[in-house]
Parts: sequence; structure tokens; C-alpha cells
Amino acid sequence: MHSLAFDISHSLAGTLVLISFMMLYQDRLYSLFNVFALHAVVLAASVAWQAMIQNAPHLYVTAAIALVFKAIVIPVALHRIIRQLGIHRDIETVVGIGPTMLAGMGLVALSMVIMLRVTAEADALAREDLAFALSVVLLSLLVMVTRRNAVSQVVGFMSLENGLVLAATGAKGMPLVVEISVAFSILIAFIVIGIFLFRIRERFDSVDVGDLDRSRGERG
Amino acid sequence: MMSAAALQLSYVGALLAVSVLAVVLARWRIGNAVIYGATLLLCSAAGLGVLRALIGDGAAVERLVLPIGLPWLGAHFRLDALSAFFLVVINLGGALASLYALGYGRHEHAPQRVLPFFPAFLAGMNMVLLADDAFSYLLSWEFMSLASWALVMAHHRQSGNAQAGYVYLVMASFGTLALLLAFGFLAGPAGDYGFDAIRAAPHSGAAATLVLVLMLLGAGSKAGLVPLHVWLPLAHPAAPSHVSALMSGVMTKVAIYGFIRVVFDLLGRPDWTASVVVLSLGGVTAVMGILYALMERDLKRLLAYSTIENVGIIFVGLGLALAFQANGQGLPAALAFTAALFHILNHSLFKSLLFFGAGAVLVATGERNMDRLGGLIHRMPATSIVFLIGAVAISALPPFNGFVSEWLTFQAVLQSPQLPQWGLKIMVPAIGGMLALAAALAAACFVKAYGASFLSRPRSPAAENAQEVDRFSIAAMAILALLCLLAGVFPGLVMDALAPVSAEILHIRLAGQTELPWLSIVPIDLRKGSYNGLLVLAFIAISATLGFLAILRLSPHAVRRAPAWGCGFAEPVPQAQYSPDSFAQPIRRVFGTLLFRARDHVTMPPPGSVAPAKFSAELHDLVWENLYGRIAAIIEAVSTRLNNMQLLSIRGYLSLVFATLVALLVVIAIWA
Amino acid sequence: MGVTLDDILVQGLQMLLVFTLAPLLTGFIRKVKARLMRKRGPSLLQPYRDLLRLLRKDVVLADNASWLFRATPYVTFAAIWVAAALVPTFATGLLFNWMADLIVIVALLGTARFFLALAGMDVGTAFGGLGSSREVMIAALAEPAMLLIVFCVALVAGSSQLSTIANFIASAQVGLRVSLGLAMIALIMVALAENARIPVDNPSTHLELTMVHEAMILEYSGRHLALIEFGAFLKLLLYVSLLACLFFPWGIAVSGAGLQSYVVGTAVYVVKLAAVGFLLALFETATAKMRVFRVPQFLGAALMLGLLGTLLLFVSKSL
Repeated sequence: MHSLAFDISHSLAGTLVLISFMMLYQDRLYSLFNVFALHAVVLAASVAWQAMIQNAPHLYVTAAIALVFKAIVIPVALHRIIRQLGIHRDIETVVGIGPTMLAGMGLVALSMVIMLRVTAEADALAREDLAFALSVVLLSLLVMVTRRNAVSQVVGFMSLENGLVLAATGAKGMPLVVEISVAFSILIAFIVIGIFLFRIRERFDSVDVGDLDRSRGERG
Repeated sequence: MMSAAALQLSYVGALLAVSVLAVVLARWRIGNAVIYGATLLLCSAAGLGVLRALIGDGAAVERLVLPIGLPWLGAHFRLDALSAFFLVVINLGGALASLYALGYGRHEHAPQRVLPFFPAFLAGMNMVLLADDAFSYLLSWEFMSLASWALVMAHHRQSGNAQAGYVYLVMASFGTLALLLAFGFLAGPAGDYGFDAIRAAPHSGAAATLVLVLMLLGAGSKAGLVPLHVWLPLAHPAAPSHVSALMSGVMTKVAIYGFIRVVFDLLGRPDWTASVVVLSLGGVTAVMGILYALMERDLKRLLAYSTIENVGIIFVGLGLALAFQANGQGLPAALAFTAALFHILNHSLFKSLLFFGAGAVLVATGERNMDRLGGLIHRMPATSIVFLIGAVAISALPPFNGFVSEWLTFQAVLQSPQLPQWGLKIMVPAIGGMLALAAALAAACFVKAYGASFLSRPRSPAAENAQEVDRFSIAAMAILALLCLLAGVFPGLVMDALAPVSAEILHIRLAGQTELPWLSIVPIDLRKGSYNGLLVLAFIAISATLGFLAILRLSPHAVRRAPAWGCGFAEPVPQAQYSPDSFAQPIRRVFGTLLFRARDHVTMPPPGSVAPAKFSAELHDLVWENLYGRIAAIIEAVSTRLNNMQLLSIRGYLSLVFATLVALLVVIAIWA
Repeated sequence: MGVTLDDILVQGLQMLLVFTLAPLLTGFIRKVKARLMRKRGPSLLQPYRDLLRLLRKDVVLADNASWLFRATPYVTFAAIWVAAALVPTFATGLLFNWMADLIVIVALLGTARFFLALAGMDVGTAFGGLGSSREVMIAALAEPAMLLIVFCVALVAGSSQLSTIANFIASAQVGLRVSLGLAMIALIMVALAENARIPVDNPSTHLELTMVHEAMILEYSGRHLALIEFGAFLKLLLYVSLLACLFFPWGIAVSGAGLQSYVVGTAVYVVKLAAVGFLLALFETATAKMRVFRVPQFLGAALMLGLLGTLLLFVSKSL
């Protein structure tokens, strides 16, 4: 049961959860991007490892996509956008770091309880991969809801997708087509949001999403 | 030969007689010595008698029916291992409080407001523990509550005490109501209120859940579970110090007894979800209680808040026991249950000790505010030593007793992987983390309490001229301090004495501890974890002695005294030192910002102005403001509405009566 | 439990070993730090000389220092020494290892800190109070973090007994575990805070408003200071031994294995000390001290890692 293969994939998935926590902890944009890049690197490693133990070469492609796009292209692009836009590099959080962390802890516990109960019959690797993946997804959602800054919401969204990829690779044999489409849809979403950011910036001179509410008259 | 139960009841009767006698004697000077002497004797006799039964053949259950109370029911009394253990705790506390009061009571301005109620309070608590039917239980409970209320109101002219008494009365009535309903549900439609009948009847489903919730409300409000704790820090410190010690150290335990009796004994095997509720309430209570204590600068209120913390720890132990018991895991359940009982004993020891110490400080200086204390270690050497022991013990530090029960609880936490439910598996270590947080904060809290009142420079003339208290008080505190040490160094003896209780309630006992070599305690298995307080103490003593001897050899013995460097102040100013508030400031900043909405306000004078800068800290008790404030507002709104009813026309009144009649008829039509 | 003379000897040897190695470890770290900064640095034996020098000096007490102030150095030193001697260093399963488990060791350090914090309040100067109040704030977060680490490790090994844990982890039944990794990182963070190292506190600073531990013991001098300093050396050694014993127990001897494996165990232990000491020095040189009110976040992260480790444990345990 405790073969090396299992141990390594377990460690990589666990590291991914840990990095999601690190993302929750960051209060500077640049370091958030760096952590996101790290997230993607670990994801790529995890996917590549799955490719090796499952003997599924198409997963290498997924790993490569993750590595090239998410670990290199997107962070670099985001760095650029920030520099061009001259956005404040501090991230305004809605609640403090401490409560956010506690909430994150609760979410991880929740996903463990749910996944381990629901997937009682599944194979060990898939079970724990799913549990970790759900934690990553929930933590990313938490990143999105606790940040005022639109750019960090984008990052949260993309790390959410990382969680989905982790889940997909853990459950054996997901066809490549689906993954490419997922990756591209994310890329498109990223571009859309990038444009969107420019628009907010043009209209409100800030990327605080609170300004959108104000323009809709929701918050005095 | 009288049966043990009858003997205990006769002690209760004697206490009541003393209480009547006190009404007469209170006006005379001799009253103090006579009354407290009598309670000391009665409590010692009662406590020792039960202790012998507990250690000897604890399993024997004795019943007694007296033809008093409701004519068709009579009053049932029963003495078993569980009540025997609690009787020991209560009478030990009662005896030492009496001993303390032999000296302390002489400073009482209005003895006629204390003396008659003190024995009555003790008698009430004893009766609760002996009661074996719901009716006598509730009657004794009310008697205990009222007697303690009278004691809280002893100093009714001091500011705040009237409010404390009012809040206490409201909360006590609420608690009794909850208990009344709980027993109503337990008795079921047959309406047999004897505990034997209740125990025999099956309880399940919604009724059992409801009873658990009602017990948490009823017993929890008396014990001080958050958020029902609000009356406790008001009422406990308001009473004279020996009564505060009894209320905090002992009366909260009577409430916990009620919880154990109903939930563990009468209700039968619980559902595991019940343990989730108890565990989370316990964890939250422990952390919140000690955080409240840290924010406090009144010594007695700090102690009262720390009682809330300890009640939380006890409930965590009970919750663990429930969780294991619900899954049929006997040994871990017995471990957790023993840990909770051990902590009950420990808390009664050190909390009484600390309240006695606070009383001694109050007698010596007339101050409870730690902002006006300080330096008492020089003026009150004996009190300062025993208070230090109490502070170390309550901070759960080895080799004292507080640590042992904490350690046992942690050992029970470490058994959590055996639980089948995922929710519990994951929750229990988190609760363990909360306990650890509470323990660390308790250490911080008592560094603050001891440092501010006994160490540092005196902050007021009263503290500067304090005098050591009388010998009775010191003797009572010294006995408690000694017991704290003994229970910490020989925990095996205590655990073995607790074994009959867990055998009776959980039908399983931990392995005997006293036969183990070197008096270690090994709750489950030697490879899993063991602790030896005696050796830890011995090793510390040996290494300290070694260090001391080496130093005798190596270093010169000269000690020079010099003024401490005060950052350029010529005279050491007491105001320049850390105050209790400033000591707690880092913790207030870390935890209080969220939990108390703590804000520090600094007003700096403009440059060039000679006006002093002003600093103030703002704290909110969110439980009080959000929960109780809202309830009070709703009640007020409703009563204002109802007020209009008094101003109706005759037609209005008639239609009201008519509507009520029709409504009742409809109810009958639906139900019958 | 038949007690033989050998058992007592080995246990005594362990007490002596931590006693002699503790100042050396501190000296080594100082030396490496100095070399990393391109300085020559004091000799490895300087801490011993410092201790002797302090011992030979007179004690200067503040006018209003109480007996507690004078007793505290002995209490803290004894508590820390006992705690340090209970952590397996070169061999597991020593005579008194069942006397205390990991929780007791943590609590013994708590006792030592409790008294030190009290002593800081005794004289009633601003510095002492400042040091004490910050120390208890740090401890209030470090101790639960430490307990969660203990839970995590104890739940892996099924025991809170250090010898059992070390044997279990050395037995290679464990494999790679995320939880253990997280616990290790958390333990390192707690160790940095507890030993007043950079980035939480600076062990070499004086008379700055940022200091914590040094402020608390500012009024001490002479032999009292020597004992407190020695306690600090021992505490550092304790945490390093704990790291080695919990996460790198390979090479540790089993009690009764004979002289040869004891010697090997000791050699391996010294190598581990040197390695961890070197890494610590490297880390301290590369980092800056953080503001005092960043420390709660730092320790909060350690607390979270401990909790996360415990949570993830159930995932790997369930399989």
C-alpha cells in the first residue's frame, strides 16, 4: 500500500494544498504571482508523476501545458499587466489573515470528511487525490471571495482550475481533448478578464471590485 | 449502624440546624467561630466518611426514602460512587472554606448576611448530590441557588453587586426552567420522577436530543458554558471570598454533576452527534473564558473568568467520553471520563486556593483592582508562596496537578483515530489544539495576575503597607497548596480512587495505577504514553541542587543590591512599570481585535503643547451586546406592546376573552 | 522494570552529554555565522568561557528583587535540563524515557518560561514587563502550535513517547508523508520562536525596544545570568535534538545495544547537531528580524501547518 509511487503522488498533492494556503497568506501581488507559479510547477510535477505511474503519455502534455502556460506565461503576463496598469501592489483583504486561515482549515477538513465518506469504494490514490483536489478548489474560491483586488481574484480562479486538473488526472484516464479545452477555456477566460480589468481601470481608476458595486448603486 | 446515605443526610440536617442557629448567633462576636467551626467539623466528617467509602468499596449503592416532599412520591436519596466523588469534592471545599473563614470571616461587616446562608448553601449542594428523584433534585437545586444568591447579595450596597444579583437570579431561574423541562421529558408520559424509573426507561430520538440540549442549557448556565456564562463573572466575585471560592470551585461542579448524572447515567447510550456539540461548546468555552480573564484587571473577576475556562476543559473531557462511549470504545471513554473527573477535583483545589489568596489580598489591602496592587511578595510572604503554587497548578505546568488532568485529556485526544466518524476524527485534534491554546493563555493570564499583584513595585499606598493575613487563612491555603502538589506527584492514587466512578457510569475502569513501579501513570499502554510526576519533581530537584552546589563551589557568594536601571528616571516610579493592561496588550492585539473588537486609542497633544498624551483601550463583550442586549431589547419591545392591553375598552376585553376561548376550543378539536 | 547499573550509567551519560554539548552547539552556530559574514568569530569554546566568567562575577540585584527572582534561575535551568535530558540523543529507550512523553517535555519548557516571565515582572522596570508580556504572547501561540505538532507526530506513530516515535519512524514503515513534512516545517518555526532566534527575536541584540527574551532577563547578572544563559543553550540543543530524533532518527542506538552502537549513535548525533546548526546559522544570516507584531502571523502559520498536518494525516491513514 505504501509504495514509493503512492508516497510521491501523495506528497505532491499535499504540497499543492499547502501552496494554496500560501496563496491565502500573501498580501503582496507579486509574491502572489510567484506562489501561483509555484502552484503550477507542483501541479505539473504531480501530473507528470501520474503520467508515469499510470503509463498515460497524454498526461505529459497536460503537464507541459501547465508548466508552460501557468507557471511561466501567465505569471509573466500578469507581472506585465500590473506594471503597465500601475496598480497598487498591496492586496486589500476583506477579513484578516488569521480568520481567513481558520476558514481555510475548516474547508480542508470539510473536503476531507466529504470526499473520504463519499468515495469509500474508490481506489486509494484516486480517493486522496480527489480529497486534495476539492481542498484546492475550495481554497481557491476562498482566495477569490476574500480579496478585493480583481487581479488576485483572477489568480484565485486559475488556481481553482489547477485543482480541477488535479482531480482529473487522479481519476484515471481523462481524455486529452477535454483537458486542452479546459486549459484553453481558462486561457480565454484569462484574456477576457484581462480586458475587463482594463475597462474597470479606465472607468474607475482602480481595480477594486467594490467600485463596481458602487457604480451599480448597491453600496452607498 | 446507620447506612452511609442516612449518615450523609444527617450531616445535611445538621448543616441546616447550624444555619438556623446562625440566625441567632450572627449578632454576637462568637458567632463567627461557632458557625464556621461547626461547618468545618460537619464537612470534614461528611467528606472523610464518603472518601472512605469511595476508596474502600465504592461500588455499593445505598438508597433511602424519606416521607417528605410530595405525599405520593416521598423523597428518594441515593449514595453511589458518582455522588460519593462529588461529595468528597464539595465537602473538602466546604471544610477548607470554613477553616479559611474562621479568620477571614472576622473582617465581615455584616455577618448576619453571611453566616446563616453559608451552612444552608453547603447543605443545598450536598442535597443535590444525594437526590434520587427529579422532585427532590430540583428542590435542592433551587435551595442551593437561592442560598448562593443570598450570599452574592451579602454586600448589596457595593456598586455593581445589586446588578450581579439580579442577573444571577434571572439566569438561575432560566437554568432551573431548563432542568424542569429536561426532567419532564425524561419522565415521559408515565410521569415517574424517580431516577431508577427514568434509568430503566428507554430514551431515544428527539426526546433524548431535547434532554441533552436542555441539560446543556440548565447545567451549562450554572457551570458557566459560553454563551450562558454572563452571570458568573458578575456574581462569583461579588460574594465574600470564601463563598466565591465555593461558588467557583464547588458549585460549578454540582452543575457538572447534574450533567453527568442525566446525560451519562439516566439517558443511556448517547448518539455521537451529541459529543460534537459538547466538544465544541467545551473548546469555545475554554478559549473564550481565558481570553476574557486576560482582559480583566479585577483579580476576583479574573479568577471567575478562569473558572469558565476550566469548565470548558472539563466539558471537553466529557465530550470525548461521550464520543468514545457512543462508539462503544470503553477504555478511551474511561480515560476521557477520568480526565474530566480529575480536572473537576483539581479545579476545585486550585480555584479555591486562588480565591482564598484573592480574599487575603483583599483583606490586606482592600483592593481587588490589580492596577493598585503590586509588591505583595515582600509584605505577604506566606500568601505569595501558596498563591504562586495555585497559579502554577492552574496554568497546567508540571509537576502540579493541573498538568496531570490536562495530560490525561491530551492522551484521550490522541485516541481519536479509533473513532469511526470522520467528522469526529478531524474535529478532536482541532479541539485538542484549542485546549493547548487555552492552557498557554492560562499561563499568560496567571503570569499577569501574579506578576501584577505580588511582584513589581507597589502601585498604591494600600499595597505598600499590606500586612500578612491570619493563621487560619494561611492554613487553609497551605493545605490546598499541598493537595495540589500531592495530586500532581501521586496522580495514580487519585486515578485509582476515580476508577469506581467510571466503573459505575461507563461500566469499565482503567487499569489500576498504584501497582505500577515508581508510581507512574499509564492510562492505556506503556508504549503509548506515560507520565511520572514524582520522578519529574525528583529530577528537577536533583538538577536544581546540582546546579546550586556547582555554583557554591565556583562562584563568589557576594550579592550586591543596587537600584535598577529605570531608563534615566532618578526615582523608580511605579507608573513606569508594566500594568496588567499593558501586559495583556500584545495578546489583546492578537486575539482581541476580532473577538472583542478591541481598539487602542492614543490621543497625542499637538507639538509644543504640554498636555499629557492620552491612551485608552476599547473592548466590547460581543456575547453580552449581541445576544443578551438583543434579547433584552425584544423583551422590552414586547412588554411595551402588551402594556396597551391594560387600556382596552370593555368590548376589547370581551373580544379578547372570546378569542382565547375559541382558540382553546380549536386546540382541543385538533388534539382530541 | 529491572534497573541495572548500566541503565543508570547510560541515563547519566545522556544528562552529561547534553550538558557538555549545549554550549558547544551555540559556539558552533556563532562561529559559522561569523564566518558567513566574513568575520573570524570567537572560538568554539567561547560560550564555556562566558559561562565561567559570569559564574565568577558578583551578583548585582535590584533593590526590590524578591526571593522569586533569585530562585527562578535554578528552577528554569533545572526544568530545561531535565527536559533536554529526556529527549533521546544517541540512544532510545533509556531508563527514564517512560517518565515523560513529548507533551511533558513541552510542559516542562512551559514551567521554565512561566518562572522567567514572572522574574521579568519582579523588579518592576519597563524592560522586564515588556519582555515578559511579549514572551507570553509568543508562547501563547507557539505552545499550541507545538502541541499540534506533537499530535501530528503522535498520531502517525500511535504514541506520544519519544523513543517509540523515533523507533517507528526509523523503521521505514512510514514512507514519505506530507503530514510529517508539514510538522517538521512547523517545528522549525516554533523552534525559532522558542529559542528567540531570528526572525522572531535577535539573540545578540541589547537595549533595543524590539528585543523580547533579552529584555525579560535584563536585570540578571553574575551566576544567575550564567544559569539562564546555560538554560538557553540547553533549550536550543533540545529543539535540535527533537528535530533529529523525530524526523531524522536514523543511526540512533537502541538501549542495551552495547557500547559500540552507543559510540556510533553519539557520533551520528554530533553530526546531526552540526548539520542543523549549520543550516540554522545559514538561515539566520540570510533573514532579517521581523516586527514584533508580524510574529503572531508567523506563529499562526506554524499553528496552521501543524493543524493541516494533522488533517492530512487522516487522508494518508485512511488508505
